[in-house]
Amino acid sequence: MNKKRGWFSSLGLLVSLSMLLAACGAPATTVAPTVTQVPATAALPATQAPATEVPTTVQTKAPVAAVPNCGTDPIVMNAYFETGFDLPFKLADEFTKQFPNVTWDIKQDQFTNLINATPRLLSSDNPPDLIRLPTMVSFAKEGLLKNLDDYAKAFGWDQWPVPQLNQNRVAADGTRGSGSLYAMGLNYSLTGVFYNKKLAAQIGMSEPPKTLAEFEDLLAKAKAAGLLPIMQWGSAKSGMGLAFPLQALMASLGPVEPINDWIFQKKGATIDTPSNLVAAQHLEQWIKNGYFPPDINAIEYTDSNARFVKGEGVFTFNGDWENADYDTNMAGNVGFFLMPPAQAGGNPAAMSAPLTYGIAATAKHADCAAFFFNWVATNPTARQIDVTVGGSFPGGPADAPAVTVPAGSITNETLAAGAVIGKAGTAMDFIANATSSIFAQGWTPELQKMVGGKEDAAGLLKAVQAEYERELSQ
Amino acid sequence: MVLDDHSATAVVSRRTRISKRVRREIVVGWLFVLPALLMYAVFVLIPFLLSIHYSFFRWDGVGPMTWVGLKNYVTVFQVPDLLGTIVNAFWLVVWFSLIPVGLGLVVASVIHRVAPGRLGAIARTVLFLPQVIPLVAAGIIWGWLLALPGLINQILKAIGLGSITRAWLGDFDWALPSVGVIGIWVLLGFCTVLLLTGMTKVDPALYESARIDGAGWFREFVDITIPLLRYEIGVCLTVTVINALAAFDIVYVSTAGGPGNSTAVPGIQIYILAFTERQIGLASALAVMLMILVVIVIIPIQRLSQEIKQ
Repeated sequence: MNKKRGWFSSLGLLVSLSMLLAACGAPATTVAPTVTQVPATAALPATQAPATEVPTTVQTKAPVAAVPNCGTDPIVMNAYFETGFDLPFKLADEFTKQFPNVTWDIKQDQFTNLINATPRLLSSDNPPDLIRLPTMVSFAKEGLLKNLDDYAKAFGWDQWPVPQLNQNRVAADGTRGSGSLYAMGLNYSLTGVFYNKKLAAQIGMSEPPKTLAEFEDLLAKAKAAGLLPIMQWGSAKSGMGLAFPLQALMASLGPVEPINDWIFQKKGATIDTPSNLVAAQHLEQWIKNGYFPPDINAIEYTDSNARFVKGEGVFTFNGDWENADYDTNMAGNVGFFLMPPAQAGGNPAAMSAPLTYGIAATAKHADCAAFFFNWVATNPTARQIDVTVGGSFPGGPADAPAVTVPAGSITNETLAAGAVIGKAGTAMDFIANATSSIFAQGWTPELQKMVGGKEDAAGLLKAVQAEYERELSQ
Repeated sequence: MVLDDHSATAVVSRRTRISKRVRREIVVGWLFVLPALLMYAVFVLIPFLLSIHYSFFRWDGVGPMTWVGLKNYVTVFQVPDLLGTIVNAFWLVVWFSLIPVGLGLVVASVIHRVAPGRLGAIARTVLFLPQVIPLVAAGIIWGWLLALPGLINQILKAIGLGSITRAWLGDFDWALPSVGVIGIWVLLGFCTVLLLTGMTKVDPALYESARIDGAGWFREFVDITIPLLRYEIGVCLTVTVINALAAFDIVYVSTAGGPGNSTAVPGIQIYILAFTERQIGLASALAVMLMILVVIVIIPIQRLSQEIKQ
């Protein structure tokens, strides 16, 4: 582990060094032509400089002069992105294309390393203008993150559909879900059930199930047909993937609000509710029925996905961040539906989390970073990149420019499902994000014990609630 | 009197000459040691003292530190399944220490007696290779080997033992022994090479006379090899017991403590407390307690091998 981290930090150093060199070389090559090609821009605010792509909200909702922007002077944005995800890099490239005075000094690291490094980065002498945030409550409480309320007002973010921003709000008492805005999502991922169309046809599934009972009926049919009903991962190395179906069952069998309250650490919130108990009992029954792979406790995330793509498992609970992989490796053979409600005609619910980025409290180019957030959600090209590369809903104002998705792509189905969730207001954050280590210390070991027959539904919820309270008491 | 005086000055002058030379040697010696000492201080001593210091504070790694006295040492007992992780660590002593040292003795003595030439060199290299392979890569490979569709289960099926196949690292009863097997693979080479080096120091005449007296391999092993190698065995035991009690890397890359804490060890808990929960003080307290535990176990082993050496 140490070796690995050392390797990544030296890689980061190399990357940052080369970026620095690139930045030093930049004025001669990229900035100069701007000045010569567009001589008239000097007098204009930077937002209008490239003339081609002016964000719609900037034009319509506020006078240009009042809106924070990136200015006209050369700026090097100090950014920390997550290794392995192309989206922010592609967006940064496009941003520089549209606003040539802005170049990027991008460092990258693995998500788990970012969890450890973020507090130090935010409080350093060279704080990031833009950083991928693994968690945010403690950073917001410690004053390490910029309060984005003024930007929200200036750009009109507070008029966007409500659920988009809520997950990034932190109240004075440290609860999430309301209060001041401390981060923005580059897009909003959605989870649900993916299915292998060929295998689904084999068990007579002609359309997605409309109720939980219909879904369970399909699972039983798959088992009877000698197929693996659900492919899922469960190794502690990637975190227990049964948390996905469990939360889906919770939202199918009960209301969404208590689950969100628990995740947002509202006072007195508990996961051990009667409807959650029923959900956990369903999951326990699924395990006993053999609906999951027998070796689930040893399967890592990437292996589970690889096996599903190869045709093992009729269903899998996962998120739209895998869209690009599914479209490439099982093109035309994959479908998506939201976990159906227990009652016919009820609203489906889903975990939907923003791809969260923040600005350090002492960042040098905070205005430009805020402008970037707004640009990502409102600029047609940026939104298109968001969907094509990221696979997820780009968010933004209700009247935001539409994006085109190739016909036959699974992204069409997940975007349509996202609209359903948005309308119903039944989005949830992930139960594994309630506290920093509830996944590692609570859900993962307890769900693994349930697989091993060493824990029942009631014991699972009690144990996780006890761990939640232990962590919050410290 | 004169003579005495004379000889006294001679002694004094010689003494100053020697001490000058000695002093220079001491300075040169320190200069040689200094780089290593500096590294040792920066990367071992200072972090060690800082950990003890942190263990008396409540601290998230960034914000202000609050003095809490011994509270962390009390709270640490609320860490989930703490006793279980310590029990697991002692189980690992069997796998990481007793078996590699025992097996290492047998393998080393076989190599020493049967194949001292090129074959022995090859065997040594092969056994030592796991020390060279990055553990993260080894963890991935072992993960594949021990998976349900992995090679080990395929072999078991091929020889008619299909009924005992399982996901070894995901099985509550078998995960810890499986991690243990990875530990044996990593540590056997280290023990073998160290013990083999010790064996080459033993006077061959001892073995020759034993053979003349009609002693077989086993008799030689028990009556000559083991008694004369007790110091090396002591070193092997010390290093591997520390490896077991303070285990982190092998467990982290193979199971990360799962399934359901059945392979969780204090090292994993320290990591989660420090870097996931950001309870630096609490993590440091557990680390200090783990260090004390290791010292308590190690001291008797050291005593034993030192006494025997004398």
